[in-house]
Amino acid sequence: MTTAAGTPSDRSVLPVTERYTLLGWVRRNLFSDLFNSLLTIVALAFIVFVARLLLRWAFVSAEWAVIPANFNLIMRGQYPAVEAWRLWLVIYLLGTVVGVSWKLISGQFSGAARVLIAIPFALMFVPFFSMGTRLYLLITVVAASTGYLVAGFLPIQRRGRAVAYLILAYLIVMLILLRGVGAEEGPMPPVQPILWGGLLLSLLLAFFGITLSFPLGVLLALGRQSKLPAIRVISVVYIEFIRGVPLISLLFMGQVMLQLFLPDGFPLVDRVLRALVAITLFSAAYTAENVRGGLQSISRGQYEAAQALGLSTFQSTLHIILPQALRAVIPVLVGQFISLFKDTTLVALVGIFDLLGIARTIIANPDWLGTHPEVYAFVAVLFWIFSYSMSYASRRIEQRLGVGER
Amino acid sequence: MQEIHASQVRPPFYRDERVLGIFSQLLVVLIVVGMGLFFYSNMITGLREKHNVAISFSFLGQAAGFDIGESLIEYSRERTYLRAFVVGLLNTFQVAFLGIIFATALGIVIGVMRLSTNFLVSRIAAFYIDIFRNIPLLVLLIFWAQAVFFKLPRVAEAIILPGPIFLSNRGVAIPWGIPTDSWNSYLIVLGIGVILGAAVAWFLREQGKRTGRMPLITLWFLVTVAAVGLVGWVILPQPMTLDQPFLEGFNTQGGKILSQQFMALLSGLIIYTAAFIAEVVRAGIQSVSKGQREAATSLGLNPAQTLRLIIFPQALRVIIPPLTSQYLNLTKNSSLAIAIGYPDLFAVAGNTILNQTGREIEMFTLIMGTYLSLSLLTSLLMNIYNRRIRLVER
Repeated sequence: MTTAAGTPSDRSVLPVTERYTLLGWVRRNLFSDLFNSLLTIVALAFIVFVARLLLRWAFVSAEWAVIPANFNLIMRGQYPAVEAWRLWLVIYLLGTVVGVSWKLISGQFSGAARVLIAIPFALMFVPFFSMGTRLYLLITVVAASTGYLVAGFLPIQRRGRAVAYLILAYLIVMLILLRGVGAEEGPMPPVQPILWGGLLLSLLLAFFGITLSFPLGVLLALGRQSKLPAIRVISVVYIEFIRGVPLISLLFMGQVMLQLFLPDGFPLVDRVLRALVAITLFSAAYTAENVRGGLQSISRGQYEAAQALGLSTFQSTLHIILPQALRAVIPVLVGQFISLFKDTTLVALVGIFDLLGIARTIIANPDWLGTHPEVYAFVAVLFWIFSYSMSYASRRIEQRLGVGER
Repeated sequence: MQEIHASQVRPPFYRDERVLGIFSQLLVVLIVVGMGLFFYSNMITGLREKHNVAISFSFLGQAAGFDIGESLIEYSRERTYLRAFVVGLLNTFQVAFLGIIFATALGIVIGVMRLSTNFLVSRIAAFYIDIFRNIPLLVLLIFWAQAVFFKLPRVAEAIILPGPIFLSNRGVAIPWGIPTDSWNSYLIVLGIGVILGAAVAWFLREQGKRTGRMPLITLWFLVTVAAVGLVGWVILPQPMTLDQPFLEGFNTQGGKILSQQFMALLSGLIIYTAAFIAEVVRAGIQSVSKGQREAATSLGLNPAQTLRLIIFPQALRVIIPPLTSQYLNLTKNSSLAIAIGYPDLFAVAGNTILNQTGREIEMFTLIMGTYLSLSLLTSLLMNIYNRRIRLVER
């Protein structure tokens, strides 16, 4: 690349770019020899077979009426309909935050932001949505764009820090909006977490699971790397124990036994909160292992240089090691978030109405008997859209950060 | 001027690394132990107040009093809780073992397909990987069970696959061998075959070391065992008869019947894990640098030899560690059996026994301990294998 605009002699050694036509491409990639041609024919037959099966089911035999009829339930569970505006407000604010962050740290964030903003835009074209829903989605897109435009005029010096504060503020506002404050008759009556449900709850559980587990995970990772034997042993035992048992057993334990460990009257009665505790403890062990990967990728020279500058262990960890290590593990943590998002479906087995739990109640409803394939297919597609777009975004971030190349 | 030796300058004790180290360890240990004691005392008081029972495992000897849908060993409701626990454990073993084998096979096929130069084949594999890696396993399992296996037709309209394999709402009936009287002597013959095969393999290896030409040792081992097995089969009067299922009235007769729950769980686990294994395999093969392939070609190795002798041994080193964690995931994920009604370890112990006895502490100790040992066992075996194939560095 650097010599591309050089002297004529440089240009003369540029490789000959191969140009091939459509037919040439087909011959090269599909029918290069007998075996390849045979493979192509088998593959083609397989594709046609599967596609016909799926298309015939989706457009002929499937009864999709169950989805629009229960759409609100799938999205937000038992969250009261009159309070739905709070959820929309949360989404608008998220749009704004994404827009502002995109502008402020555009270098590393734009791929992810583009995907996040494309989602509401694409959703506007879902056939059975009401005009109201489409309008709200449009507002989200507008909020994001406004955030992007306005952020350009803000006189902000330390952009990374500003984004961090913005996200922190957003989290607090979001929690207040979701949970509600004041009296039952007030403008924002409280909504118990047990009423949160559907996609809303799946996303929240995954998000808070990863956020709350992060500090614990970093501490455990540092503990495992520590030179002090007692701390190392405690960290290793915790990490290996949690990683050795299935999440479902931790969730059951959280529901059945958490109450037993705590003194009487401890306010942890909500099933959702108990599940969140289990998810957080579970996720912390995996966060710790991921962060440890980042810590190990820091060269010895960094530690030695910090020491030579007279920094204490604490100072060098906080200012030298962790910032680099965490930067290196961002893509891995996104991957962990995606798998945690998928794993939150397990709470459906302990009586919580997340996306999957709600799907099970819909099917149990006598009005919608025998709609398993449709409902589960829809839920699977929803999960797929979210986790695929997130992993796509994370791959883009990874390319931008160039983590793989260092 | 008096010379000050470095060892004489001691920092104040509150900045001494060693003192700080001991102090912080003490602090952490105190916090952890304190939390443990706090939880423990709450638990003990809670247990005494609510249930008035002490922790004890003696209830495991009592009669279970519930039935289990399927079992590898003899079991009835009169047997003890411990027996029921073992039934669940063996069911978990069975699913995990078969799942690991089939998922590895399917994963390798799809991983290699992903790298195919044929555009369509590689697209199909990419599609498979992208779809199944991004759907929660539990959704896949429940979908697979409720929308496919539980909706199979009645026996009279069973789907018949070549074999014959009958797919119906009574489960999946497959042909199954039934050992006859001579089966035990046949096992001895097979044992002799394995010993003979090992001898042949050892001889070939020694000869290979001398001549520098390594024959296909594994292949010759298998050929020897198969030959002895074949001879034994012909000489002994039919050590095993093939029992084929057939339709009779409202049921299938004969063969081996695999329950819908088992099939749904197994196939769901295989399909899901294979997508991850495929990525592991692809990454492993791609990690072998292009120069290795070119060097092998320039040495005159043909493509098959290149793959077997150059690419594969090097790829394996990259593949094994992540493959191990996929195996561990599959084993742990088999606990989702509870969602579709297959009586695995967790469904039996964490659900049925726990609900009947109310012994939370004891049952969770047992369950967690068992899963931990399973995980440790799997990683131990894989680590031994990993050490064997690791690059020997000088």
